[in-house]
Amino acid sequence: MFDATAPSPLPARPGVGYKPQHYSAIMANPGPVRWLEIHAENYMGDGGRPIAQLRQLAELFPISVHGVGLSIGGEGDLDADHLARLKHLVGWLNPASFSEHLAWSTHDTHFFNDLLPLPYNSATLSRVATHIDQLQEALGRQILLENPSSYLAFAGATMSETDFLRDLTTRTGCGLLLDVNNVFVSATNLQTSPQDYIADFPLHAVGEIHLGGHDVDADETGAPLLIDSHGKPVVDPVWSLLDLTLAKTGPKPVLIEWDNDVPEWPVLASEAARADAVLASQ
Amino acid sequence: MTATQASFIASVLDPQAAVPQGLQNPDGAPATKRFDVYRNNVSVSLADALETAFPVVRKLVGDAFFRAMAGVYLRQHPPKTPLMMFYGDAMPAFLGRFTPARSLPYLSDIAAVELAMRHAYHAADVPPMDAETLATLAPDALLQTRLRFAPATQVIPSDYPIYSIYRANTVADAPKPVMQPETVLITRPDLDPMIDPINTATARCITALLKGQTLGQAMTGVGDDLDMGGTLGLLLRQSAVTAIY
Repeated sequence: MFDATAPSPLPARPGVGYKPQHYSAIMANPGPVRWLEIHAENYMGDGGRPIAQLRQLAELFPISVHGVGLSIGGEGDLDADHLARLKHLVGWLNPASFSEHLAWSTHDTHFFNDLLPLPYNSATLSRVATHIDQLQEALGRQILLENPSSYLAFAGATMSETDFLRDLTTRTGCGLLLDVNNVFVSATNLQTSPQDYIADFPLHAVGEIHLGGHDVDADETGAPLLIDSHGKPVVDPVWSLLDLTLAKTGPKPVLIEWDNDVPEWPVLASEAARADAVLASQ
Repeated sequence: MTATQASFIASVLDPQAAVPQGLQNPDGAPATKRFDVYRNNVSVSLADALETAFPVVRKLVGDAFFRAMAGVYLRQHPPKTPLMMFYGDAMPAFLGRFTPARSLPYLSDIAAVELAMRHAYHAADVPPMDAETLATLAPDALLQTRLRFAPATQVIPSDYPIYSIYRANTVADAPKPVMQPETVLITRPDLDPMIDPINTATARCITALLKGQTLGQAMTGVGDDLDMGGTLGLLLRQSAVTAIY
């Protein structure tokens, strides 16, 4: 329903989360990388090098804009100023895709720079759907919503995450960003099956897939507690989940996220090459 | 009962607070260490943002002091927008009041310099004025002229050697700071912010020009050590002037 002005979609090939330290390497030889994802909030200054680099990259690569600060899952209203900033960025850049998170990060005008969790029930479903409607209306396009990493369970939850996301796609027409590492992290932490989660997931709505690394810890009972750190290579069980997912969906745009302890470009490019090989084998 | 986001965030910011009710481990027991993941994510990500923003302050106080100070700051001044590039606007005033840092009285002004450099880095791109434009004006017209400045342009005065301290902590082999007042001009000729030391008269003159006074007004009564030609040369060289009016 928002397709009229949409640019070409992301290719069903590997992309990486863009880090400024990789600028020269990417411009010299992007290797298997066919598209780039940026965090929207890093490109909301008035000008200078970040915007200049983004303009140059956008001439060569499809760009996915990934918002990390709108607080779609927040109890309060969306921040109108931030919505306007997103609209401005998406307006001049006209990216191939825009995505945000099923999470909250703002409370009472303060921003806490983390993706905080919400329980899944009919009240939160209505609120999140309203926020997605407002966002899609402001941007004039469909958005993709990303499944979170969960560390704990809510006593007040009455719906599964997959049902919650399915209902959101039906109510709002939004698409989904399936983060396969988040699936693995959440399933491990909540002691559920990641394969069952993928089987229940509304895969028809998936417009992009994320892969990333996580840290390994344990809770006070010794149960495994994985932390979504984006600071390590993708682990083999997550690659297996990618195989499982792509076998059901066919090729999709696949992104390697590496935000902390960012490696040299060849390391990131080799993760993208592995994703490319998986895509080619479908 | 589900925890409200107000109670959730209050507990995230206070490590001594109880974990809100209704947050559980997989076995149904109240979450403790699992909730600490959010406490850790919030405080570490905000402290990391401050570290990125204030590398010279961090170098001056050391890592452990900086992380402890950041922990106090982020609870008193959580970000007001999701634009982490500008997080830390209240740092100069905060450090001015932060008694554990009292032995480093220049710290607040160094934070102001780092903040200004960051604002300059992200400031709007405006093409500079052709340097010849001023040369075409008759002397009388020149005195009546006002300058428009690139938004990156800022003057930071201090009772402390902020230029020398900044350089000594960012450039190899910079001279050791001598305890004396220094004022800096911050500009952004291309994509990299620049910092230049300026004397008191020059600082007064540029500050007057930034406020929209004419060249004639701005060079009056600011002090004997004003080199007007040198001042205009510096502003033009650093692409700080975008137009005259």
